[in-house]
Amino acid sequence: MARVLINLPRTARRGEVVEIRTLIQHVMETGYRPGADGVVAPRDIITGFTCVYNNEEVFAAELAPAIAANPFLSFSLVAAESGILAFTWTGDNGFEQTETRSLTVT
Amino acid sequence: MRRLLPLLLLLGAVAEARESGFALMSPETQAMQRDDDANPAMLWVEEGRALWESAGCSGCHGDVAGMRGVAARYPAFDAAGGGPVDLAGRIAQCQEARQHRMPFARESGEALALAALVGLQSRGMPISPPEDPRLAPALARGEALYRERRGQLDLSCGQCHDENAGRRLAGSPIPEAHPTGYPLYRLEWQGMGSLQRRLRNCMTGVRSEPYAYGAPEYVAIELFLMRRAAGMALETPAVRP
Repeated sequence: MARVLINLPRTARRGEVVEIRTLIQHVMETGYRPGADGVVAPRDIITGFTCVYNNEEVFAAELAPAIAANPFLSFSLVAAESGILAFTWTGDNGFEQTETRSLTVT
Repeated sequence: MRRLLPLLLLLGAVAEARESGFALMSPETQAMQRDDDANPAMLWVEEGRALWESAGCSGCHGDVAGMRGVAARYPAFDAAGGGPVDLAGRIAQCQEARQHRMPFARESGEALALAALVGLQSRGMPISPPEDPRLAPALARGEALYRERRGQLDLSCGQCHDENAGRRLAGSPIPEAHPTGYPLYRLEWQGMGSLQRRLRNCMTGVRSEPYAYGAPEYVAIELFLMRRAAGMALETPAVRP
């Protein structure tokens, strides 16, 4: 399991815009870099990210080989109702990781 | 006045504030270091926190918060080895001698994670190297290595980091070489690294043969650099470009 840091407020007022920031540990190997032996390392990157808020997709991103290792993603959403946010990263070699956080809307 | 001038110049040089490499970074990179949610090094700290329990550190040391101030005191004199030992070396020694297990390899993710976690406990504290007379020979060795010209480019550390600090080398600012934030996340590396990795970078940069990881030469240089940076605030885990 890759280490993940997710920053979001625990509570928000209804209608408030909340900022969410995520950081995940990943090498993001481009697939173009030769090693010391001259052999090109195969591509190993995160290709997709989604944020699902109470079963509704509210943010998605496609990631490409030029993105740095340990990608940092920041986005905002409107706090409509209390619920669960599910963050999913998918990538090469069957990489898939989901983290959940709860948000209480008052 | 003519007699006073050299004295004033000398005083000015002594009073000149030392500057962490942090001050030379772009505002964006500085913001990345300041914000623990954006600093990628915190991923290693989290791993270190898990290892602190799973590798058994907490069994003796308890909560990691008790390690406050420890990183600011290294390298320290090691009675068993008869010389200085750096923090990473001490952690490896603890694993080998007290836990009777293979220590994590130098520069491995686990070793860096534990060093970053322990370093974080001293963040903001002044670097306070021990005043141990038994460290004097290694300190002198470290300073000699710092002043020694090396490699095909025939450059010493001091020729860049003392005489040309603040100027640019191939577009990049030359810092004063104060090891305030190790282990740190370097954007160029796309990962975490120790001071020894940084020293190797400079050594290959002047086209000299770097020492192997864990070599006493690195610890001697670190000892000298930490003495030189005494009183500056520790930034671990820092971010550098």
